[in-house]
Amino acid sequence: MSKTIADASLRKHRRLDQLFRHATRLFAFLVLALLAGILLSLLAGSLPSIRAFGFGFFASAEWNPVTEQFGALVPIVGTLATSAIALLIGIPVSFGIALFLTELSPIWLRRPLGTAIELLAAIPSIIYGMWGLFVFAPVFSTYIQPALKSTLGSVPLLGILFQGPPLGIGMLTAGIILSIMVIPFIASVMRDVFEVVPAVLKESAYALGSTTWEVVWNVVLPYTKIGVVGGVMLGLGRALGETMAVTFVIGNAHRLSASLMEPGNSIASALANEFTEAVGDLYLSALIELGLILFLITFVVLALSKLLLMRLARGEGQKT
Amino acid sequence: MQVTRFVKALGAGMTLVLAGQAGFGAEITGAGATFPYPIYAKWAEAYKAKTGNSLNYQSIGSGGGIRQIQNKTVDFGASDMPLKPEELDKGGLLQFPTVIGGDVPVVNLPGVKPGDLKLTGPVLADIYLGKIRKWSDPVLTNLNPGLKLPDQEVTVVHRSDGSGTTFIWVNYLSKVSPEWKEKVGEGTSVNWPAGVGGKGNEGVASYVQRIGGAIGYVEYAYALQNKLVYALLRNRDGNFVAPNIDSFKAAAAGAQWSKAPGMYLILTDQPGRNSWPISGATFILVYKSQEKPDRAKEVLKFFDWAYADGDKLAMDLDYVPLPDAVVRLIQMSWKSQIKDASGKPVW
Repeated sequence: MSKTIADASLRKHRRLDQLFRHATRLFAFLVLALLAGILLSLLAGSLPSIRAFGFGFFASAEWNPVTEQFGALVPIVGTLATSAIALLIGIPVSFGIALFLTELSPIWLRRPLGTAIELLAAIPSIIYGMWGLFVFAPVFSTYIQPALKSTLGSVPLLGILFQGPPLGIGMLTAGIILSIMVIPFIASVMRDVFEVVPAVLKESAYALGSTTWEVVWNVVLPYTKIGVVGGVMLGLGRALGETMAVTFVIGNAHRLSASLMEPGNSIASALANEFTEAVGDLYLSALIELGLILFLITFVVLALSKLLLMRLARGEGQKT
Repeated sequence: MQVTRFVKALGAGMTLVLAGQAGFGAEITGAGATFPYPIYAKWAEAYKAKTGNSLNYQSIGSGGGIRQIQNKTVDFGASDMPLKPEELDKGGLLQFPTVIGGDVPVVNLPGVKPGDLKLTGPVLADIYLGKIRKWSDPVLTNLNPGLKLPDQEVTVVHRSDGSGTTFIWVNYLSKVSPEWKEKVGEGTSVNWPAGVGGKGNEGVASYVQRIGGAIGYVEYAYALQNKLVYALLRNRDGNFVAPNIDSFKAAAAGAQWSKAPGMYLILTDQPGRNSWPISGATFILVYKSQEKPDRAKEVLKFFDWAYADGDKLAMDLDYVPLPDAVVRLIQMSWKSQIKDASGKPVW
């Protein structure tokens, strides 16, 4: 009698296990299918535009809905430029925050400061946009932009980036707001991976007489490089796709200019502004192609980060 | 047993939801332009209180409205930019206007108050083309002899999103400036030669208020409610007029609606001593041949009520109602053009 009961319960457990396995496999494949579906629908939507403009779409700076001539150069440059500024400012600051939180700060300060940083990430992006437009832009145009123009504007090569009237809005402002938005992401990930470095490694380095900086640069960072690159990619992903904060302060001008203080445009901002009112199939298709390009940029950036990690991993364990 | 109880509860819930939908008066659906959304919402509320029939209007933008009526997902579409007669014929659509509004140029200059600055159409076009770069330019100082204009750079502000407000603005600039017409043209979204773009009327207004020496354009209702510094414009007859209900009504009165095929008439640069030069109407699109004549009748009953009883509500929200003669013209077109499948008129 005990044999039959054991059999029945065994069968039930096996069936539950199978169900669990199938369900989780279904969810994983669902995500892949969703990704493929998005890619396919973007491709289908951009087909008229791809046929009309071909590869010239990437090189043309013209965006004329009246004559239906579209080119993605301005949004692409704007997206890459604002994200580059965001990372240029964001990575050192986040690194400093993570370093401070793990190595230098007193113990009692670590949790409140860490929570404060994470709260920054919870602020909705439209609030950042409004804060940027109503608080930051006036201060920027009254004090910071004239100072930048008079100091960096006269440097021979770099000066081209800092010309133009101090409007307070533009690519530089958008880049700075974006950097404030990505810092919490990069800083939290960096702090988390710095904390899991085995104390043995750090203490051995200290015992050999290294300074704090040497320990961080030569022991902690190489150990955590996968996490750090992952955090940076997370921040970059947010910066590339950020819509509302950028659209408030970037100035939305479909013009290419060398100066960062001039208004520009980004892909997400152009899509948010123009999608609902786009009259005409070619206009809509050009906008969808912009979305496809953003998708591809994110893909390329991810691939590059994997390559970077592989190259770094190859250098491990070598004599320096 | 638990599963059957769950299914029964689900079934009961669904029937309750479905029962709740039916039998509460007819519901008509519309989608499109954002400009008239406040007044359509107000009219819908008053109409429901009076007749129990509701209107569901989604302000997704003129482009969206045109697409939805072409896909027959809504009973009527709304567009700030009228469709040309050829496009109407191709789609089998009838279009008619509902209310009138317009654009107002607003500026941010030290010491300049609403109604102080005088501008003309060609000067506006040159500013927006980027040809007039400073406020101390002789063209501007000659127009405004009594006003002290600073030697400040002109920052042009336009819309970053496509909009009927933009359409009326660039339509006017195309009419008064051949260079604008050739270089830029007209549409709900254009290739602006100069300036920064703000999102929505709010975006333009906030940029103008924040940047010294800025000039932008906003909807009349918006300029009025936010007390922005507007400029006077010289109209076709040569008079400098201020934007107000009377100058908009004057622009509408002079318009020859009966002579416009498909009611494709844009009220910019209209003749009239007191006309505001940058006015425009917002339009409704319905199919001429109706597969569901009952729903079409409900749509027409709603607009008929709005034309008859909705004028005060419109003026409260700073929209300008259509003159009675135009309303009669519209109702005649309903009678003659909207028919059901068997050819019988719906109205």
